[in-house]
Amino acid sequence: MEYIITFLDKNGLVFAFLVTGIIMYFSEGLSKTLTRGKIPGSAISIFMGLVLAYFAGLQTLGKKGIADIPGFSGFDQMGGPVFRDFAIVSTAMGASFAIIKKTGPIGVLSLFLGVIISFLSGVIIAYALGITDAESLTTIGAGACTFVVGPVTGTALGASSDIIAISIAAGVVKSILVTIGTPLIAPYIGLKTPQSAMIFGGLMGTTSGTAAGLAATDPKLVPYGAMTATFYTGLGCLLCPSVLYFIMRAII
Amino acid sequence: MLLRGVALLAACFVAGQILGETLGRLLGIQANVGGVGFAMLFLILSQNELEKRGLFHLEMGEGITFWSKMYIPIIVAMSSVQNVRVAFSNGLLALLAGIIPVIACLALMPLLSKLAPKD
Repeated sequence: MEYIITFLDKNGLVFAFLVTGIIMYFSEGLSKTLTRGKIPGSAISIFMGLVLAYFAGLQTLGKKGIADIPGFSGFDQMGGPVFRDFAIVSTAMGASFAIIKKTGPIGVLSLFLGVIISFLSGVIIAYALGITDAESLTTIGAGACTFVVGPVTGTALGASSDIIAISIAAGVVKSILVTIGTPLIAPYIGLKTPQSAMIFGGLMGTTSGTAAGLAATDPKLVPYGAMTATFYTGLGCLLCPSVLYFIMRAII
Repeated sequence: MLLRGVALLAACFVAGQILGETLGRLLGIQANVGGVGFAMLFLILSQNELEKRGLFHLEMGEGITFWSKMYIPIIVAMSSVQNVRVAFSNGLLALLAGIIPVIACLALMPLLSKLAPKD
């Protein structure tokens, strides 16, 4: 047995690919059977990751989720900041300033408002619930933007892992809510033109949630909303660990 | 060609992150200031520029697309290595910080739609 665990730890990254594949396969199944596709497999898989980390933490009393379980150390690599940031940057491909210019200043305004309002409301809630240091508040505010901006900001500022976990969870809640809520609320907010989809993507961010929500509303709108949502992620990763963090430091 | 795409992505990553680290130093804080955001900006700019000149090969795009498709699996791995046991007691915070911003932003949607130019 022991030589197998040694082998898995030595080839940790490959084993992490395998296990993550299994988690995602399983989550896709849950998405289809339990929620009839209403909650996308990606949101369920991220939630599953958090659940696994929770139980692993109970078991090992460690701080690194399932990476503390012998044989699973490769998760630390696969889920570490290097791969994560590399993959996030790659999602900017295909985004085009030419298209965003078409919505005019409103598109840009919706992006800034979306990031800043999400951030502020996240910070206020965190503060009200007893978080007081600037790094943690900024990280949770960033998590209120998306489940990507949160951990990117948290890592950049050196926030603790449990705060980063909260920021991911907040982002996942947001993503699920946007996914389910978009088709329900679409008629009331005039979400039927490409332009309105771009404003919506700019306000909400959370690319996965926006894309899934728009797909359930009108598939033709997906590329427009996903485009501004991608810019949202970029803008969030730019503003949260910089300007917004400085503002937080100045206040606290 | 495929690797040229990956190399372009890597170049943007390195340039953006170093810019973020340098900004952090200049501002005297122990933080990477917006590195990922800068890197994304660089990728968008360089891709748009290369496309304009007809130098962005389809296969280059595939090298980058692979990584953008790995993004969700990597986020899944990332969430599974967090200290969720300690975070668990703050579950309410995560829930509220996920829900309230959506409502706040949704409230702005009708206003912004009105301001948008009609096509």
